[in-house]
Parts: sequence; structure tokens; C-alpha cells
Amino acid sequence: MKFGKMKPQRRNRLMIVGLVVLSAGAAVSLALTALNENINLFYSPEQIVRGEAPRNTLIRAGGMVVENSVKRSTTDLQVSFLVSDMAASEVMISYVGILPDLFREGQGVIARGVLNDQNVLIAEEVLAKHDETYMPPEIMQTLAESKAKAEKNGTSL
Amino acid sequence: MIAELGHFSLILALGLGVCLAVLPSIGVYRRHEGLMRLAGSLSAGLFVFLLISFSCLAYAFWDDDFSVAYVARNSNSALPLQFKLSAIWGAHEGSFLLWTLIMGGWTFAVSVFSGGLSVDMRARVLAIMGALSIGFMLFILLTSNPFDRILPVFPADGADLNPLLQDFGLIVHPPMLYMGYVGFAVPFAFAIATLTTGRLDAAWARWSRPWTNVAWAFLTVGITLGSWWAYYELGWGGWWFWDAVENASFMPWLIGTALIHSLAATEKRGVFKSWTVLLAIFAFSFSLLGAFLVRSGVLTSVHAFAVDPERGMFILAFLVLVIGGSLTLYAIKVSGIKSEAGFDWTARETMILANNLLLVTAAGAVLLGTLYPLIYEALTDGKKISVGPPYFNAVFVPLMLLLFAIMAVSPASRWKKTPRETLRRQFPALIGSLIVVASLVLAFATEVSVAVILIDTLALWIVANLVRDLWSKVANKVAKLPALFQQTMSYYGMLLGHLGIAVTIAGVCTTVYYTEEKDLRMAAGDVAELAGYEFRLNAMRQIKGPNYVADQGEVEVFQEGRSVVKLYPEKRFYAVSKNVMTEADIDPTLFRDLFVALGEPVGDDAWAVRIHYKPFVRWIWFGGLLIALGGFCTVLDRRYRAVKRSRQAAVTLGVAA
Repeated sequence: MKFGKMKPQRRNRLMIVGLVVLSAGAAVSLALTALNENINLFYSPEQIVRGEAPRNTLIRAGGMVVENSVKRSTTDLQVSFLVSDMAASEVMISYVGILPDLFREGQGVIARGVLNDQNVLIAEEVLAKHDETYMPPEIMQTLAESKAKAEKNGTSL
Repeated sequence: MIAELGHFSLILALGLGVCLAVLPSIGVYRRHEGLMRLAGSLSAGLFVFLLISFSCLAYAFWDDDFSVAYVARNSNSALPLQFKLSAIWGAHEGSFLLWTLIMGGWTFAVSVFSGGLSVDMRARVLAIMGALSIGFMLFILLTSNPFDRILPVFPADGADLNPLLQDFGLIVHPPMLYMGYVGFAVPFAFAIATLTTGRLDAAWARWSRPWTNVAWAFLTVGITLGSWWAYYELGWGGWWFWDAVENASFMPWLIGTALIHSLAATEKRGVFKSWTVLLAIFAFSFSLLGAFLVRSGVLTSVHAFAVDPERGMFILAFLVLVIGGSLTLYAIKVSGIKSEAGFDWTARETMILANNLLLVTAAGAVLLGTLYPLIYEALTDGKKISVGPPYFNAVFVPLMLLLFAIMAVSPASRWKKTPRETLRRQFPALIGSLIVVASLVLAFATEVSVAVILIDTLALWIVANLVRDLWSKVANKVAKLPALFQQTMSYYGMLLGHLGIAVTIAGVCTTVYYTEEKDLRMAAGDVAELAGYEFRLNAMRQIKGPNYVADQGEVEVFQEGRSVVKLYPEKRFYAVSKNVMTEADIDPTLFRDLFVALGEPVGDDAWAVRIHYKPFVRWIWFGGLLIALGGFCTVLDRRYRAVKRSRQAAVTLGVAA
């Protein structure tokens, strides 16, 4: 069967199928490549302290902001603070910029950034959520795990 | 008492919803016209009782009835009246009641404006809408009743509405958005009704088109308003974040855009029949999926609705039922349908097909990115990830550029086959646009970007070809102005919609590439320079609002030594909810916004200050409104009224005979 002699309907259908397959293939490969380059894994303070988090890649880290740990520069908008899993582990986060309105000591935050050699997360974004009662699922899980661990070891929080 | 009345009305509405779903269906099955005709009055009853229920909740807010738990959580006696009333949809329970009310409204509207439908078809459509309402009403009554009381001890005053929501945006954004989401239930109901008859002809496309266009236009307005609101209210100067909840509204929009084009092809040419039905099913399914994502809390989002797994499960079950049921029906019924008409690759059908493929692929890519954190977590045993905006931009932008190129050529295309000569004539404007855009960029822009030139050229090309197409319709007429009036409203709707897209493209592209921003530490008297403007913080002072106190900055902006504007950004503290809120101040003009927001005090009387220069940012929303206007325009097309009139004429004739 020659292409040129096909019925117009059949030729159309073939064209449509070809278009669909091509565009779907292109889109899927495009999407998967882009996905692989742009996912940011979450690490708990404990994982970071134990050295399980990779350096020089964009990751997310979070926990409760430790009371009295927020230190500001007097010349620019540099600020650093500790986040904790409310058990043994704390990680320092350093950020230059404006913190969100709901950023407060004792509240949960998530930061996106790169770990340096001193295990300090150099953040490019700090998120605290709209709602007072809202807890990001990542932090909820971290806190639940550290609490469970503490109970198993017989130490209280 | 009033709250109980509201609750009771809702239960009555549920009863009517059940009747609406069941009785006309029996009527269809038994060929009993009386039962079929019940659909109209049942729809009216459903809507009236939902309206009563909603009004009762509104009254509870107006009356500061803090014994109603929902009112106590989301209002306060000091809250200004307009926010008390919009606080009705400020949180989960009430916003779902609004959603359900709107569902009732659409159902009622279909029953009123269905003059052209056969009794049988009307009964089927309304029964399906009734069945959907049952799901929504059960959801409210079982998992999220806004009328629950806190008795006997109730708070003396309410916990106040989240300050972020105390804004004009809350008054208009959710109702518009829900009109769009729920509006897609209409083409869905038409599609399912048509499937149940087994006669999938082009008629259903003609019935669905005006409804789909209106729902889609509302959704467009809703998304546009949401973007504008986020821009001025969140204090970051961003207008789109690829946040899960934004995506939840954007996916139905993309599918809906594919649907309105595909419906046109189905109506005019009888092609893509089964595909269009599938799109109608998906548009509404994506709306429901959006509701699930927003309210179940499975995804981290800036829209933190109070989340509840039980609610999530309910919507998920409903979603599975609706999607699963309709797709099963589709699979059974659609196999016998063939599109008869063939077409050339230059035909308008081909372009609509490409439009559909690109839009659906884009929606799929957005869906993948939105759900990927869930998939990843399931695959890797609990590892949490987030998918950042770079993913969405990388996938979405190339697809859209292709789409825009097709958009530029398509208005001049013809059904069946476009003469090659006509196609060829679309391209000189591309070169013209390139020259115009390139010289504008060279003349005005601070730096030359190939991407900006490319994308803005596409936008101008779209506009140039629209103008040419309109001109071609009147050029050979002697009376040019009357010829303009002879064009159909559908045609003008298309012009406006496409023009709106071009305006939005220009806005997005220029804003993204030429925005300048700085976060600074500033004390009174400090001056910062940005994009040729000087921002001077004159003073900081304390002010008092109706239900908040605020630190207010006075920032004077100078250009070449002349004072341009004084901006007053605020940092508000809402005493009742103990919330801190950034209130940015913006100097908007057609070609650029100056945006100043306060961060936090950083010691020694200094404040963190964020300043933005955002060129063309207004164009994004202006374009969005044009797109929506285009959607509304198409409904005024004489064709849809003509159907009704000829039917009325037929009825009159019947009476006379």
C-alpha cells in the first residue's frame, strides 16, 4: 500500500497517531529530564548532622526554629538561625534576604539551599506557612520520628 | 435557630437532589414525560434551598453568632462587614457550601436556558447534575458542616479571619474560580447524557459550547484575579508560583481551553466526537482533582486550608466514582462512533488537533510535576521531595511556544483545507513583528535577550495576523463599518481571546526578563537605586487600623531628581489572631510597577525593605481579562439564540395547527 494512494481518512488517522506518539514521546522525555534536574530532597536535621545529606546540591531542610538562635548582621540582611528536630540534632541555616511573615522562633520552617563544608545550609529560600496551626508534613514526620526515638531510649523531651 | 434552619435547608436540598437524580431518570427509562418534566422544578427547588442555606450562614456571620463554630473560627466582631460576608468562603466548610450553591445555580441555569433541548435530553442532563450535587451535599453534611454549634459555652468573640484573606481579593477570587470549576460540570453532564443516549451527534457540541465557554471564562477570571491578588498581597512581588493549588486551577483551565476548541470542530465539522467527550469528562475531573488536592493536605502548598484526611478520603472516593464511572461508560458507548469527515493537513481541524495535543500534554506535564512528590514518596519509602518552578518552566514554556506559533497562523485557516497561498501569506507579518520587536528591545531594554525578542515577536505576530484577518473580512466590502457589525460574536470572542493571550505573553515575558529587585537594609533617610529610580525611606511611623496596628514606611521615589510617587508599605499586626502581615504598596502604570514591601525590623531602627521594578506586569492580568471577555462574548452569538427562537416558532406553529 502506497502512502500517496491511501484514503484521506486513513492517511489522516495515521498522521494523527504519528503526531500523538511523537509529541507524547517528546513531552515525556522532556518532562522526565526536567524532573530529574529539579527535585529537591528533604533532609531532617538528624540526617544532616550524621552527614547523610549531599553537599553542593540543592536540598531542603527544616525543623523548629530554636529559641534565641536568630542572629542578624548589623550591616546587611544576613541572618542565621538553628533549626531543631526537638531531640538531639540542630542545623544552622544562613540566609540573606527577607524572612517570611510567619517566621518566628519556635515555629516550623523549611529552607531550600546548599550545605557547605561546615554543615551550614546556605539558603536561597526560607518558607514558613500561612496558617499558625499548619505544620509542613516533612517537619511533622521529623518531629514524630525523633519523639518516637526519644521514647524508645527512655529519655523525655 | 438560623443556623439550624440553614442546616435543615441543606438536608432538604439533599432530598431534592436525590429526587432530581432519580425521578427524571426513571422518567427517561419508562418514557414517562411527567417524571422527566419534574427535572425543571426540582432543579429550581434545589437551588432555592441551597440559597436559603447559604443565606443562613451569611446571616450568622452578619449577626456575629459565635456559637456557630465556623463563624467563631473565621470572623470577629471588629471585622469590617464586607470581610465578615466574604469570610463565609474564607475557610473550608463555607467555601464548599459556596461551591455547592454554585453547583445548584448552574443546575438551575441549565433548566432555565435549555429551551432548545428535547425533554428527554434535558431530564438526563439535569439528573446527572443532581447526582453530582448529591455528592457535594453529602460531603458537607458528613465531613464539613458549617452550621455546627459550640454549645453551651461559646467564645465571646471570634478568632478573626486570617489577615491575608482580609482583602478585596477574597471577595471576588473564590466565587469566580468556583463558577469556573463547577461550571465544567455542565459540559460534563451534557457529555454523559449524550453517552447514555448512545447517539453521539454534533448536536451535543452545540448545546455544550455556550456553557463551556462561560465556565471557562469564569475560570479565566478566577485565575487572573488569584494571580493579581498573590502579587499585591503576599508581599513577594511574585504572580505565579507553580504552587500545587495554583496548578489545581490551571490544569482544568488547560483542558478547558482544549475543550472549547475541540467543541468548535465537533460542532462545525463533526470531527473528534469521541475525543471531545473525553475532554469534557477530563475538564470536570481535573476540577474535582483540584478540590481533592487543596483540601486533603496531601501536598504542601501556600494555600493552607485546614486539612483533614477524612475529607480527603471522601473526595478521593467521589473522584474515583465520577472518573471511573464516566470513563467506563465512555469505554462501553464510544466504540461505535466514527468521525466521518476527512481533512487536509492544512485544515483548521489539524490546527485544533495540534492545539489539543499541546494543551493536554501541558496539562499532563503540570499534573506530573504536581503529583510527583507523592509518587516519589511512595516509590522511595517515604523520602520527601519538592518539584521546583524550574521543572514547570522547562516543560511548559517550549510547549506553549509551539502553541503560540500555531495560534498565529490559525485564524486565517479554513475547515477541510486551507489554500497554501493563504498559509503563506501569514508569514510576512512574522518578519515584520521580528523587526518591530527587535528595534523596540534595542531602543528601550537595558539588555538584549534573544528569548524576549523571540517570545514577544510571537505575541506581536499573533496580533498582526488577527488584525489582518479582521481586515480581510471587510476589505472588499463597500460599507466597511456595517461589515464589522456583520461578523459573528463568536468571531469577536475568538479575536479577543487570542488578543488577550498575546497581551499576557508579552506581559509575562517582559516581566520575567526585565524585573529588577533588591532586598535591602534601610533606615530613615537611606536611599536605594533601582532601574533608574531612587527610593528614599523618608520615615517610619506607627498607625492604627480598624482591627490592626501597623508600622508604616514612607518611601519616596525619584526619577532624575524629580519626585515620582510616595509609597506607604505597611507591616501589620492583627491583635486577635496575633498574625503579622506584609502590606506592599505599589505604584502601577501601564508599562511598569514600582513595588515596595517591608520585611522585618533588623535592629538600630533599620528595616528590611524589598523593592521591585516590574515592567509590563499589568499586561498579564489585563490579558487575562481580555481572554475571559472573549469567552463571554461568544455566548452572545446570534446562533445560540436562533436555535431557541426557531423552536419557539415551532411551538407556536404547533399550537396554531
